[in-house]
Amino acid sequence: MTLRHIALLLLSLLVMALFLASLLIGPAALGLKQSVMALLAGEGGPVALVMQEIRLPRALLGLLVGAVLGLSGAAMQGFLRNPLAEPGLVGVSSSAALGAVLSLQTGLAASFALALPLSALAGAALAVLLVLVMAGPRGGALSLILAGIAISALAGALTSLVLNLSPNPFAVMEIVYWMMGSLADRSMTHVWLALPFMAIGCGLLLATGRGLDALTLGEDAARSMGVDLARLRLLIVLGTASAVGASVAVAGAVGFVGLVMPHLLRPLVGGRPSHLLPAAALGGAAMVLTADIAVRLIAPDQDLKLGVLTALVGAPFFLHLLWRMRGLEA
Amino acid sequence: MTLFSLDHLSVRRAGKSVVDDVTLSVQAGECVGLIGPNGAGKTTLMRAALGLLPHEGSSNLARLPLGERARQAAFLPQNRDIHWPVTVDAVVALGRAAQGSGKLHAEDRRAIDRALARMGLADYRDRIATALSGGEQARVLIARALAQETPLLLADEPVAGLDPEAQLRTMQVFADLAREGRGIVVSIHDLGLAARFCTRLVVLHHGRVVLDAPPREVLSDPRLSEVFGIRGFLADTPDGPVFQPMAVTR
Amino acid sequence: MNLCTDQLAMLLADPGQLISVSNLALDPLSSAMVEEAQAYPVNRGGAEQIFLMHPDLVLAGTYTARASVDLLRGLGIEVVQLPPADRLEDVADHMRQIGAALGRPERGEAMAREFETSLASIGHDGPAATAAMYYPNGYTAGSGTLSDQILSLTGFRNVGAEAGLTGGGILPLERLVMAEPQVVVTSTPYPGASRSEEILSHPALRQLRDGAAQAHVRDADWVCGTPHLLNAIRTMADARAGLEGQQ
Repeated sequence: MTLRHIALLLLSLLVMALFLASLLIGPAALGLKQSVMALLAGEGGPVALVMQEIRLPRALLGLLVGAVLGLSGAAMQGFLRNPLAEPGLVGVSSSAALGAVLSLQTGLAASFALALPLSALAGAALAVLLVLVMAGPRGGALSLILAGIAISALAGALTSLVLNLSPNPFAVMEIVYWMMGSLADRSMTHVWLALPFMAIGCGLLLATGRGLDALTLGEDAARSMGVDLARLRLLIVLGTASAVGASVAVAGAVGFVGLVMPHLLRPLVGGRPSHLLPAAALGGAAMVLTADIAVRLIAPDQDLKLGVLTALVGAPFFLHLLWRMRGLEA
Repeated sequence: MTLFSLDHLSVRRAGKSVVDDVTLSVQAGECVGLIGPNGAGKTTLMRAALGLLPHEGSSNLARLPLGERARQAAFLPQNRDIHWPVTVDAVVALGRAAQGSGKLHAEDRRAIDRALARMGLADYRDRIATALSGGEQARVLIARALAQETPLLLADEPVAGLDPEAQLRTMQVFADLAREGRGIVVSIHDLGLAARFCTRLVVLHHGRVVLDAPPREVLSDPRLSEVFGIRGFLADTPDGPVFQPMAVTR
Repeated sequence: MNLCTDQLAMLLADPGQLISVSNLALDPLSSAMVEEAQAYPVNRGGAEQIFLMHPDLVLAGTYTARASVDLLRGLGIEVVQLPPADRLEDVADHMRQIGAALGRPERGEAMAREFETSLASIGHDGPAATAAMYYPNGYTAGSGTLSDQILSLTGFRNVGAEAGLTGGGILPLERLVMAEPQVVVTSTPYPGASRSEEILSHPALRQLRDGAAQAHVRDADWVCGTPHLLNAIRTMADARAGLEGQQ
């Protein structure tokens, strides 16, 4: 058993433990045995209602959102060969949020069930394409980050504009939600809405492993080893858009997960993108579950946003990376 | 057996001809040195021949589907990119990806071992490639191309920046492979190494093939000094021709 | 300049005396007097706009944009500010104050009397049932609020207050579900979707409401301390009586 296998095993155990913790922690103090019984067998009754309709979807979404963010981050980094690529930083999440907000405010989301995730997906896809065009593999870290800033700013401004113009007075208050993300009071409906897109997205992204490995040696080398770059690009765009789009549609934009996790895990599982992808998914799930538990412990009666915590961890991390890269490029 | 054939291959970039009507073929057993001053079109020629660039005319490799192409020819690009901290073994194993399933079989393992041994890297297997010196990284990347075990190998300036031992070792490996019946196309600036190890030299100038002959003939041709703007000293030894650039002529 | 003072002013002023009401008075979801309000020019609460109407008196809430109020006072216009009504007793006081400010104290006094009489006729004896107010973002009314007082007057125990909330605050959905209130009072969604209101259609809340009685009240009746508040109180009293019928 190599270090990598041990790391994967420990990560899986950690995610399971956090998932259970997420089920057991909430503002309503419920006994351990009581909650587990209610979750598994409970019919009716307030405890069963809380466990099955409120905590289970929250824990599931924490797991799924974290997994897709970690995975997308690792895949984008692999494709762009740039350790700063991450759906949140490069504006994919905020564009997905714009798509979601547009479909909610135009009433499209109410017209058919899949309209919300599909619009978020379209927003995300547009941003991924823009990023790939603006900061292709030869673009380097700087152009990637600059393109990301521009896309995030534009998407954020348009989101605020749409919400400000909404006839609904509560819409304006939601700007924070869309920019920072939250898992509060989500229901199984949201899980079912997002799950298929996330599953498809993860499938597509996990299929990029071998291509990304070859890309470690650059585009020409990869193509000469039989990697179809056009197909790889399509997998990355559709996979990221589908996974991140669905995630943002139900939980808002949670940043930095895709940046932090690949970095923490690379020393453990090795730099090979194909090995990193599953590990980053597990790591992402662990990070978001932890953040969501922390949100509930720190301020149980206030809706503290998830992205606040991930940014508190992620942003200093990001600065640290920039600092290190500055040393390398100088 | 013809492993490599270009038929009236041209590449235009922004209206300018970078590779101009090149017709060329390489047989099994040949080690062809592609020489020419900077900007002569050597890299562009190789990339177009591999189908990595849009081009006119035809290349037998570019016509093949991607997977088949990767089984016919290995390519060693000029940029020595290793983007992530992966082990030497993992880098070399990438050369086997072209051969199939993704899982490494016993035959793949043997190919990796052979490639590592040829480049003198047997003890480097578990080292992190990005932590090695530039010369060592270059050798690792050559081993990756060797592990592909293709009939044809195209290498773009594989010895640039290497120390003398690594240069000689690399060129010797190419010459050996050619002797074993494979075809090698190697672009190279060091005319001495080209004279010593190549079976044939192709001189490229402004995208056109100016000379295409065995080293002895090419290096004694007066047109050489027109192309490179240098003159050199050529001598025959029992090990083959020796060429030493001596002075600039313009 | 304020939804609540607008409504009291519309009820108490002489024709022609009131020259403008705020745009909020026209919002059917929060104003109980939309039809009446249509007769008046509308202001959006900006000092500039209000000043140009040359009023002698401006009625505002204590939470009305401070800068606008200060500016108007600086320009020499009399501004009367009323705090929001936190207790039923405040409501009658406000009626008297507005009546006095408008120079119609007898009308304000009459309205206050009527309100107090009506209020005295409502009450509930016997064990209290549980009820919760539940608004977008999980917002609820705790103790020390007008809603809380209405609930106890009509024979309910306020879940929000029992959860330890004072004033308005957020009650997590989990705790609402665990409290199993017998009546849930929610607001009517605004047009245009919002995630804040999504909580009101959460499956857990829906199940809870299926099991609980629902009170159909107009938000507009609850918001302000006006005679319309009696509508809200009567609805809750009816809801309480309805529960009795079920038992």
